[in-house]
Amino acid sequence: MEAMLTEYLPILIFLGIAVGVAGAAIGASYIVAKQRPDSEKVSAYECGFEAFGDARARFDVRFYLVAILFIIFDLEVAFLFPWAITLGEIGLFGFWSMIVFLGVLTVGFIYEWKKGALEWE
Amino acid sequence: MVFILAPMITFILALIAWAVIPFGEGIVLADINVGILYLFAISSLGVYGIIMSGWASNSKYAFLGALRSAAQMVSYEVSIGFVIITVLLCVGSLNLSAIVRAQEGLWFCIPLFPMFIIFFISALAETNRSPFDLPEAEAELVSGYNVEYSAMTFGLFMLGEYANMILMSGLTSILFLGGWLPPLSIAPFTWIPGPIWFFAKIALCLFVFLWVRATMPRYRYDQLMRLGWKVFLPASLFWLVLTAGVLVTFGWTPVVAQ
Repeated sequence: MEAMLTEYLPILIFLGIAVGVAGAAIGASYIVAKQRPDSEKVSAYECGFEAFGDARARFDVRFYLVAILFIIFDLEVAFLFPWAITLGEIGLFGFWSMIVFLGVLTVGFIYEWKKGALEWE
Repeated sequence: MVFILAPMITFILALIAWAVIPFGEGIVLADINVGILYLFAISSLGVYGIIMSGWASNSKYAFLGALRSAAQMVSYEVSIGFVIITVLLCVGSLNLSAIVRAQEGLWFCIPLFPMFIIFFISALAETNRSPFDLPEAEAELVSGYNVEYSAMTFGLFMLGEYANMILMSGLTSILFLGGWLPPLSIAPFTWIPGPIWFFAKIALCLFVFLWVRATMPRYRYDQLMRLGWKVFLPASLFWLVLTAGVLVTFGWTPVVAQ
């Protein structure tokens, strides 16, 4: 446990350095740069037009659909990680149980394909 | 506040992913056992910087760019995951140094050539590079999610994007091109130290990144999603099962060295 924590210490230090660099860059540009905001400068850019409507408007439901499908397949990848590492030890039983799992997921994938969830027009 | 936090997150995530990359035999900041899992997690988090910037900018272009970018990144993340699993099947370890050491003799880009191509194209999409730079399509969205940024906030976005590009090149060379290993373990190649080979491979991948950018026209968004979900996902899933089957059938599964 102790050895594992010391392995992660460099990452923590590096994270600190990265936060420091990012903070310094933005902080310095706020302190050093002269800022004279006016209404033209701070309004949202819309190719020279006056901004109309709310920017956070309705958008296509497909983006949600992609996000949901992503969760399913990313979880699948997460399940595959330990299986891939130990494939040599779990033998044929382990191999076939994962193939059955992947088969079930493939059926789901074919279903969503036929339903048209992957169509963008 | 979120507006300022977004470029910082993009930059920080692009930077801390480098902590586990091995530059040579033993030349690595943190040689953790779950190295590839760490990289996978960090590159998934990259979506947050972009979606936060798009939402906080309060501009239509930025909002649409961020939405496109998020959907595109998560789509290609799936096929990247399958490709990584396929490599892990041949290695039997999550440690990045172990992945490189497993390629002594034969780099994975030869037996797993289709996965190498899929991984590289997915890396282009994952870093929002041309021909998949829909999020910043200058002809329609001006500059996408970073249209409202200027000065160092914009600078951090650009630095983060390029750091990510180099990181993905580094990951390609670790997973498929043998990391710090020379092409052949004979005299003239072994004189050159490992890190130099590693940097040469990164430079090669970066060259292909820029080459593709200069050569290819931009994809249409529906084609991009079709490629990700209907071509890469089934192809990489099939190749994953095939690899596992071949390894088990011929008893080539790697022995896990604890």
